[in-house]
Amino acid sequence: MSGLEWILLLSGVVSGATPILLATLGETLTEKAGFVNLSLDGTVLLSAMVAFMVAFETQNAILGFLAACLVGALVAAVVVLFSLWLGQSQVAVGFVLTLTTRDLAYFLGNPYTRLHGPQFSTFPIPFLSDIPVLGPIFFHHNWMVYAGLALIGFCWAYIYRTPMGLRLRAVGESPKASFARGDNPAKLQWVYALAGGVLVGAAGAAFSLCVKPGWGRPQGAEGTGWIALALVIFGGWHPVRAAAGAYLFSLLQVLGIYFQGWIPSVPAQVFQVAPFPLMILTLLIIAYARKTATQEAARRRLWMKSFLDFFSGTAPSALGKPYRLESF
Amino acid sequence: MASDPGARMAVELIDIHKEYGPLKANQGISICFAPGYIHGILGENGAGKSTLMKVLAGFTPKTRGLIRIDGSNTEYQTPAEVSRLGIGMLYQEPVDFPVLSVLENFMIGQTRGFWLNRMATQKRFESLCLHLEFSLPPETPVQKLTTGERQQLEIIRLLSLGANVLILDEPTTGISSFQKETLFQALKALAKEGKTLILVSHKLEDIERLCDRVSVLRKGRVTGEMERPFDTETLLKMMFGSVPSPLKPSQTAAGAPLLNMENVSATGDRAGLRGCSVVIREKEVVALAGLEGSGQGVFLRLAAGLKVPTSGAIRLQGEPMAGKDCIAYQNKGVTFLPTSRLEEGLITGLTISEHFALKASHGFRVRWNDAEQQAQARIEQFRIKGKPGMPVESLSGGNQQRLLLSFLPDAPSLLLLEKPTRGLDLESTLWVWEHLYHYREKKTAIVFSSSELEEILMVADRILVFFNGGVIRDIKTAQTDVHDLGRAIAGKA
Ligand SMILES: Nc1ncnc2c1ncn2[C@@H]1O[C@H](COP(=O)(O)OP(=O)(O)OP(=O)(O)O)[C@@H](O)[C@H]1O
Ligand SMILES: [Mg+2]
Repeated sequence: MSGLEWILLLSGVVSGATPILLATLGETLTEKAGFVNLSLDGTVLLSAMVAFMVAFETQNAILGFLAACLVGALVAAVVVLFSLWLGQSQVAVGFVLTLTTRDLAYFLGNPYTRLHGPQFSTFPIPFLSDIPVLGPIFFHHNWMVYAGLALIGFCWAYIYRTPMGLRLRAVGESPKASFARGDNPAKLQWVYALAGGVLVGAAGAAFSLCVKPGWGRPQGAEGTGWIALALVIFGGWHPVRAAAGAYLFSLLQVLGIYFQGWIPSVPAQVFQVAPFPLMILTLLIIAYARKTATQEAARRRLWMKSFLDFFSGTAPSALGKPYRLESF
Repeated sequence: MASDPGARMAVELIDIHKEYGPLKANQGISICFAPGYIHGILGENGAGKSTLMKVLAGFTPKTRGLIRIDGSNTEYQTPAEVSRLGIGMLYQEPVDFPVLSVLENFMIGQTRGFWLNRMATQKRFESLCLHLEFSLPPETPVQKLTTGERQQLEIIRLLSLGANVLILDEPTTGISSFQKETLFQALKALAKEGKTLILVSHKLEDIERLCDRVSVLRKGRVTGEMERPFDTETLLKMMFGSVPSPLKPSQTAAGAPLLNMENVSATGDRAGLRGCSVVIREKEVVALAGLEGSGQGVFLRLAAGLKVPTSGAIRLQGEPMAGKDCIAYQNKGVTFLPTSRLEEGLITGLTISEHFALKASHGFRVRWNDAEQQAQARIEQFRIKGKPGMPVESLSGGNQQRLLLSFLPDAPSLLLLEKPTRGLDLESTLWVWEHLYHYREKKTAIVFSSSELEEILMVADRILVFFNGGVIRDIKTAQTDVHDLGRAIAGKA
């Protein structure tokens, strides 16, 4: 493989990761607040469809993008409504919604299959895109890719460096204590559920307006939501690590395509499903890394310790358990 | 944030009622808290002290009644509004964020704006720590701290918030007598500045040392008020209805060696445990004294088989225990009762009956009737104020402890108790020890840790003093006194 090919490959990894990245960051935000939105997979499809539909009808990709974000927020709002206010299980509501939104997407999107519509065009960043190697890999994309990259840093800084982010982590750890410190746990949770929903919607738009332009059945976006949910765990609820997971997954996917060409004797399906068992493997590592025995053993081996530290994220303690204020 | 630091605030509670379903926790309580005074709230376990304070702090809505601040009626629903008014509360059971670091816990609820200013906060945190002579590592997750240290952190946080009204619900249960001294000095200084201080306690000696006036609660009502100078006998009568009779000493000769530790070291707590050689004999009551986290917790967990020593040997009834797990220890009759009731001992969300069902049920079927009956029997035997159907977290602190004690097996060989009477009032403490003394007839050895020197001197036969991870004294109770013991604990043995 030549240098140029490598650059092309990595550039493909960076742009291809964008939808998963956005969905992962969105779900990380939501789950950091102790709220689970399981409806991701269907929401990504529905918002991808809506993004394309609106963009096609108005011939304006920006409007399509905004509509997708709105759809993401609306679906999240439904989960919030049923779980926070009506006291239903977040997991159950999310699961039902993921199926509903998926069917809805294919039903409503039917008239729009295989049409050609507007999409976001490539916009090389002046000067930065001229840097050798790094330029073409990172700075020769459309603005959604840049936004995704910027969002990683933003999420990290927001969660770990601002008072708002501290309150976000706090409510995810203990809504009761958060309440005692003067916050409104339910409000924080719905705010972040909606914010996360907007990003999931954006992930849909990133599919139908950039990565796999257009609408069709099956859409390439299927399964994205589930992967994003797994990546949140893989990333130990840390936005940067979760983002690393998104790129890793994208790399595995792109490599699959290349390997298929190199080793035609292996069935293509192997490479398509390979990323999934790899994800399970990482989950195992994470579980193992948290064992005290493992940590004792790693104490003496530096490389092992840093390796384990990387994987040692823990779920917000109150994840999925909404806080009920004491009744009168 | 306090509305106006330095403002003097008078708080009046008028006819406060709080009902949990049929249970009346507060029934028409009226108390007036004046600025510049330390006002004690005294009462036995389950009297309704914490409930009243949670109502005042906005954490729990009241059923009925009036709260008047500086003469004007005030209605509020959330702690947020209350903290804006300048009222802050230290809760009895830690209400914090175990996974987050000490510094982050300190910051939550008092930083606003766009950027976390860690450096400045850390400076303020450290100067407050220094001021109170607390030593709290800022970057450690709170879950690694002892309960006492978590309370210290809360106290520092409240001081830093600059609340004008400070409610401290049992602030002395988890700290040593030295830290208590510094805390009390700090509280006195705050009262001088004109702050309104409310100290909730079931410990007479704390109230008598610190408070200017006291209101006594019993069964949800005010049974009396008193100003300095206090009369102990009258206060005890207000608290319990009658003066509790003192503990009958039970002297029995120690039996055969039960637990041998030879030069045992282990990690854990802050200091770990180093080179500990101790023999515990049958029928002995041994107290582990020392500052928080000096190694007592590690000792108890080693003896329970919950921790593996890094070096040294442990023998139980003469048998080497190396490589055995805690089940093997349990089979030899070792029973361990940890201190954090709601985290290690009881399961939040389950009712009293369900706890008994868990203990009793084998096979597929849960015997609800048996469990219910057993729960009812134990509630009566241990005089727990609660009903079989109540979730454990709605019991008052003291009653949670009684419930834990009611789970103890009938004839253990070694009872390891971590602060068994933490949070218990005098009557309950006496009751618990009377109950525990019965175990001696079954040759049980009892090893317990405690931060109450009075308790240690009252009940133990022998005292091991821990300092910085080592046993620096092993002494018969008869050969020491409060003063001597206090010095030993501080490392001046
Ligand atoms: N959330 C709740 N639900 C039901 N009952 C409760 C709840 N909280 C407290 N109670 C009951 O109210 C009564 C008073 O409890 P409270 O915690 O105020 O006692 P306390 O005076 O603080 O005792 P202690 O010294 O043991 O802390 C108890 O009988 C307790 O079981
Ligand atoms: Mg209480």
